[in-house]
Amino acid sequence: MSSKKRASSGLGQLLIPLIALGILLLFNLLRDPSFFSIGVAVNNSGNQVLTGNLISIIDSASELAIIAMGMTLVTAACGGQDISVGAVGAISGAVLVKVLQAFGAITGPTVLLALLVSILVTILFKLFNGTLVAVFRIQPMIATLILYSCGRSIAYWINGDATPQLNSPILSAIGMTIPGIPVPTPIFCVLLVGLLLALIFKFTNISLYTQSVGINQGAARLNGINPTAIKLLSFALLGVCVAISSLIGVSRLGQLNHKTLLVDIEMDAILAVAIGGNNLGGGKFKLSGSILGAYIIQMLTTTLYAMKVSPVNVKAYKAIVIIIIVIAGSPVVQAKVSALWKKLRSGRAAASKEVG
Amino acid sequence: MSGKNNRRREPLTDAQLLMTISIGIFVAMYVLAMIFLGGGFLKAQQIFDLLNDNSYLIIISCALTVVMIGGGINISVGGVIGLTVMACALFLNGTGIAAGPLGIVIALLLALGIGLAFGVGMGFLVSYLEIQPFIVSLAGMFLARGLTTILSVNPVKVAHEGFGELVKAKIKIPFLGYVAQNGNLIPAKIEIGTVVAICVVILMYLLLRYVKLGRNIYALGGNRQSALMLGINVKRTCFSSYVISGVLSGLAGFVFLMHKPAGNASVAMRSEMDAIAASIIGGTLLTGGVGNVIGTFFGVMILATIQKIIALSPLNASWWQEMASGAMLGFFIILQSVVLSNRGKKAKN
Repeated sequence: MSSKKRASSGLGQLLIPLIALGILLLFNLLRDPSFFSIGVAVNNSGNQVLTGNLISIIDSASELAIIAMGMTLVTAACGGQDISVGAVGAISGAVLVKVLQAFGAITGPTVLLALLVSILVTILFKLFNGTLVAVFRIQPMIATLILYSCGRSIAYWINGDATPQLNSPILSAIGMTIPGIPVPTPIFCVLLVGLLLALIFKFTNISLYTQSVGINQGAARLNGINPTAIKLLSFALLGVCVAISSLIGVSRLGQLNHKTLLVDIEMDAILAVAIGGNNLGGGKFKLSGSILGAYIIQMLTTTLYAMKVSPVNVKAYKAIVIIIIVIAGSPVVQAKVSALWKKLRSGRAAASKEVG
Repeated sequence: MSGKNNRRREPLTDAQLLMTISIGIFVAMYVLAMIFLGGGFLKAQQIFDLLNDNSYLIIISCALTVVMIGGGINISVGGVIGLTVMACALFLNGTGIAAGPLGIVIALLLALGIGLAFGVGMGFLVSYLEIQPFIVSLAGMFLARGLTTILSVNPVKVAHEGFGELVKAKIKIPFLGYVAQNGNLIPAKIEIGTVVAICVVILMYLLLRYVKLGRNIYALGGNRQSALMLGINVKRTCFSSYVISGVLSGLAGFVFLMHKPAGNASVAMRSEMDAIAASIIGGTLLTGGVGNVIGTFFGVMILATIQKIIALSPLNASWWQEMASGAMLGFFIILQSVVLSNRGKKAKN
């Protein structure tokens, strides 16, 4: 019992992901120390930018990290996952581009307005999912299967064009770097979203309410919490996250491709939530775990690329590492390991007593 | 039917009700297609074509139904199909024993073996190490897709002669055929894969209904704790459901190869979601304990008919197809939820 308590205190659920991250870093250090080198280069538009594997990992995991935060909330409140984030991301990208094209000029205010419109539309789509989940009591995965299967088609239909190009210094400032600041902007976006959510949790009871709805909906309702509203709120927050990720994704490439924008990100986001030690069945959650999970996934991918593994084969190696991480996080394995640890310690104590 | 005569003493269960709805909708849809689109839908061959094109989907949908009734999920089925198709295609193109007729048997065993290996691995992780099934089967999917591209990035066409015969072999039923424009009678054709798929549906129906393991799977999905109290070996039952789904997905891979004899990195891409959708339309609940493979069969047929109708209608474009099947899926899901919640209210009263 005491060992169980110790495991849940302190780092708790972050222990396994931190160990995984540490092992990945150590592996890279042993394999090739130059993996960690960070340099300064001049990009196409003449700005100084930081380069290096670490920067690229943190940079390219941004979309995933932002969506993983929203996914954590939905998972915690509803006890299920939203598999339509990639497809809805394509829709919000299409709306963004549509609004920008309607204005004709890409300036600061128009981008802001387009972002607001796309956030609104994304929230609406997510509320559709949320209504199915919260009001109609449909399992989240099934409810979101609808938009998963037709979201990209809606994006195509909104835009009517396969890959509109968008060249603008403002978008490249959002997707890559702001002139004068060498750190890629998406990293700041992650910080901003994380900070925003942290502030919301700090000054409201949403975090507590979400967890109680996820742990026992009936009990939460009897205590005066409205589970429907909490679930809808979690989907709306996920919608905001998806819209922001979509903006980053569109401006990173300077084009909209409804087929490849945020493709397969739903699976990675769910993985990030699980690797972060959150229970996919809902209840308690830690946003930091999911963010850590997102960076672990990206680190793994980048490491495999650095090892010259062909991009199409990455999935197989990724699967093996994921299996190892989830086995390490399995309650059965953890119980066995802690029992073994106890036995070893008591054995050692007995041995030292005998010696003494 | 006898339930009605007995003055509703034995009302339909949820699964039966949902299954009845899906059969009704399939029939209504098909009749409407016959009236408004006519042409191909008036021929019996149309139904066989739907079956021939979707035989692999029927098999993996059955696999998913079994797992979902047990309260789990397995999204690796599409990936396993891709891997078996590629592995069998490469094997059949080999020399020596593979080139002979025995090669086909070994290829079938290879397909079943790959499926079994995935089923055993995932079943062990899910049931004995208590890892979330979604994550385990997601990893399984990644692994299968990755191994497929490791085997070959380029498409592999099967050049095996005997296998080519098997692909061409069709059961012909003359009296269901139609007379072509030049006056020749063209018999209805059924592929071997369709026969296999129908056999799988019947076998799974019998397994779930009459075999102890099948009843245990229902008990496990309905309420794990109660199943444990009843003395059911919960872990082994859960494990078995994954093994069944693994073997069935291997078999589905072989059936797919008999329909389209070529391996490709994108074979059966996203078919796991179609299979989940078919199971749900057929009345299986993802929460477990409720479901029926006959319903699942009609779920596949509904999805297939929607695709066919859109392909024949003026809106023939992939995005319309996707949007229409998404809308249909939404309609079914909401219908199910409304029906079930109404029944719940009635039961309370």
